[in-house]
Amino acid sequence: MTGLSRILLARAVQAFTVALLVGVITFLLVRSLPGDIAMRIAAGRYGMDMVSVAAAERVSAELGLDRPWSAQLLEWLWNIARFDLGTSLVTGERVVDSLGVELGHTLLLSLAALGLSLLIGPPLGLLLGLRAGSAADRAGLVAAAAIRALPPFVLGLLLILLFSLTLGWLPPAGFEGPRELLLPALTLALGLAAASSRVARDATALVVAAPYFAFARWKGLSDRQALLRHGLRNASVPLVAYLGMQLVWLIEGVVVVESLFAWPGIGHSLVHAIFGRDIPMVQGTALVMGLIFVVLNAAVDLLCLALDPRRRAGA
Amino acid sequence: MLSRRMLARLSGAALAMPALPASAQPRATLRVVTPWEIGGLDPARSGYIFARMQVAETLVTTGTDNTLTPLLARAWTVSDDGLAWTFSLRPGVTFHDGTALSAEIVAASLRRAQTPPGILSNAPLAAIEAAGDAVRIRTSQPFAALPAFLAHSSTLILAPAASGPDGAVRAIIGTGPFRITSLTPPQGFEAVRFDAWWGGKVPAAGARYLAAPRGETRTLMADTGEADLVFNLPPTAFQRLSRSARVAFVTAPIPRSYILKINAGGFFFGDRRVRQALSAAIDRTGIAAGILRTPDSAATQLFPPSLAGWHDPALPPLVHDASLARRLLAEAGWRPGPDGVLVRDGRAFRVTLRTFPDRPEQPVLATAIQAQLKEIGIAVEVAIGNSGDIPLGHRDGTLDLGLAARNFSLVPDPIGTLLQDYGPEGGDWGAMGWTGPGSADLATTIGTLSRTFDPAAAAALRRRATAILQDELPVIPLAWFIHSVASGRHLAGVTLDPFEQSYRLSDIRFGA
Repeated sequence: MTGLSRILLARAVQAFTVALLVGVITFLLVRSLPGDIAMRIAAGRYGMDMVSVAAAERVSAELGLDRPWSAQLLEWLWNIARFDLGTSLVTGERVVDSLGVELGHTLLLSLAALGLSLLIGPPLGLLLGLRAGSAADRAGLVAAAAIRALPPFVLGLLLILLFSLTLGWLPPAGFEGPRELLLPALTLALGLAAASSRVARDATALVVAAPYFAFARWKGLSDRQALLRHGLRNASVPLVAYLGMQLVWLIEGVVVVESLFAWPGIGHSLVHAIFGRDIPMVQGTALVMGLIFVVLNAAVDLLCLALDPRRRAGA
Repeated sequence: MLSRRMLARLSGAALAMPALPASAQPRATLRVVTPWEIGGLDPARSGYIFARMQVAETLVTTGTDNTLTPLLARAWTVSDDGLAWTFSLRPGVTFHDGTALSAEIVAASLRRAQTPPGILSNAPLAAIEAAGDAVRIRTSQPFAALPAFLAHSSTLILAPAASGPDGAVRAIIGTGPFRITSLTPPQGFEAVRFDAWWGGKVPAAGARYLAAPRGETRTLMADTGEADLVFNLPPTAFQRLSRSARVAFVTAPIPRSYILKINAGGFFFGDRRVRQALSAAIDRTGIAAGILRTPDSAATQLFPPSLAGWHDPALPPLVHDASLARRLLAEAGWRPGPDGVLVRDGRAFRVTLRTFPDRPEQPVLATAIQAQLKEIGIAVEVAIGNSGDIPLGHRDGTLDLGLAARNFSLVPDPIGTLLQDYGPEGGDWGAMGWTGPGSADLATTIGTLSRTFDPAAAAALRRRATAILQDELPVIPLAWFIHSVASGRHLAGVTLDPFEQSYRLSDIRFGA
């Protein structure tokens, strides 16, 4: 089997396992949350002022919440096997319809964040790696550590304070166009760039110190030529591999950042679904997030394969 | 924290963004920001959003003088036996899809509104039918508050095309001055002016709704001028925004009160003197000034002054008097125990206070009350859970104390809430285990009031109800709710509807 098909097969198995585990675990987690589930759903549907035992009883009867857990879980699994995510317990809409709209917003935000972080992180890391040990390098380390240590929520508020309140350039929330996209994307991107700049810096420093790089210089290439021909590709392999790991941060960040910036994505919707005990929505959003993770990791694998010929030889 | 290079890059990126649709928006679009997300299109779920944004309309609403005024109904009459109502419809009304409003459509909308648990399912309705250009509603008993019930957002009138074949609402096609052009639940929608509105042409070219659940975000949107009207600001924002040059900050009390729900049927609070002691131990002025940041909101009785006819200025106010509280408790047989906690019949005065964090100030209020009751020898444990814990504790009898904010204007007439809360068996958010002559008297008074059409007789009954509540304290009023809006200073004609029926966007003009 070639490296390519092995990767794809492994990821397909992973996707299946993720779907199964996510469905079962989210179901059990939501059911074990404290509080009466029918009450929460009633509150989500009709508002806090309308929460009453009578409303909760109607909800429970309508949704069959008093059936055994196992029956409800099996029903979801049977539906998912037929690619049916069910309908939201709160809004009554089909989960797949809501996810379709929200996924678009989340993908837009994630890709913008990833793109911005690639514009900021690796070039910065490359420059600092070439000057490893300098004052700028050390300052970069401190800045990266500080940004990474800030939770996305705080980072987002700081950016709003700077760009919206002090400078007045960008709106603090909303989802109409690129102006609204920039701040949430930047919040996520800075966290990503903080880490990727350090990985790029270390990789570059390693490459620059490597014997083959010294050889490239000896055979007469300029610094620039040596970097472009022998440096970038070698330094990019760990960087791309690390990108896969960073996606965890991205998906986690999306949940918080979307809520902060009122961005109508799946992360925001997940938070709401949990508050409203909207089990099909929780399962649907978590499933989509899990699958995005698998797909992006597969993409990272393929990219690494393309970048690094040693992997293609098949170890 | 940000390196200079990064900052330069970022600002470069910001300036290089090509299209700027938001800033290119004509200034005549009203941008409204609130905490409420669109949780489904059925009027029983998020109808209040479409009503307040004036996309869809009800038969009745509240006017600027806080009395019921006609909206889609032109006028209404009731038969002499008080059982048959006729609502004649405003002529020349069309829906956003061009359909003409008819009595059949209204009757169908109202019948649909009876199904979900909500306001209309609590009214004693017998039949709803179209009769020419009027809608006739029969009730099974005289029910004076019916027009107020038809102001509730679950009774919004939508076009037939708004519902799918299964009866579920698929789109909001209303009759209001704003027509939705794009809807993105749960976050918001965009609407343009509906030129064929029966009320004429409104000044704003359109309206945009955005739900921003975080108070910090809303405060910043008001502060930066990215929104024209921002509702429900957190108390922490009051001071900051009232100094802003960009926004005018308006607050008004609305018919909602923070209350302490009491299990009056249990060992601890069955004695009226204990409830009065509890009330006297609470420093409402301190709570209002320190936690809610609105010193005027300390409750002197259950109903706030905005509920004209229910708020009785002549009623002796609830006072803060710790020595009175101690005396009342001693009269009721409570003696200080060895650890300072009161004891009666060998049982220490230890109770649990339940509340929930959906309104972030509630847990803070609960701990303030915990501290204040400790001073008179009552040990309170604060339990923070879900909003459903209080109704559940009411049903299974395990609740001691519950802290919540109760809305008296679910319909613009508090009788709707009172019938739910203070009926013979109390209510999930009202009296619990409260018995005796006062309880029976209040239930009778409210029952009679709901059948009383004569204004003078109704006023006397309302005063009686208020007096019983003040004397018996089946729930303890803490503070009145303050509604807040930050509006851009470039707007004129912004007014607050204390009944939250409408944001009154159709009156707003763009000034300086």
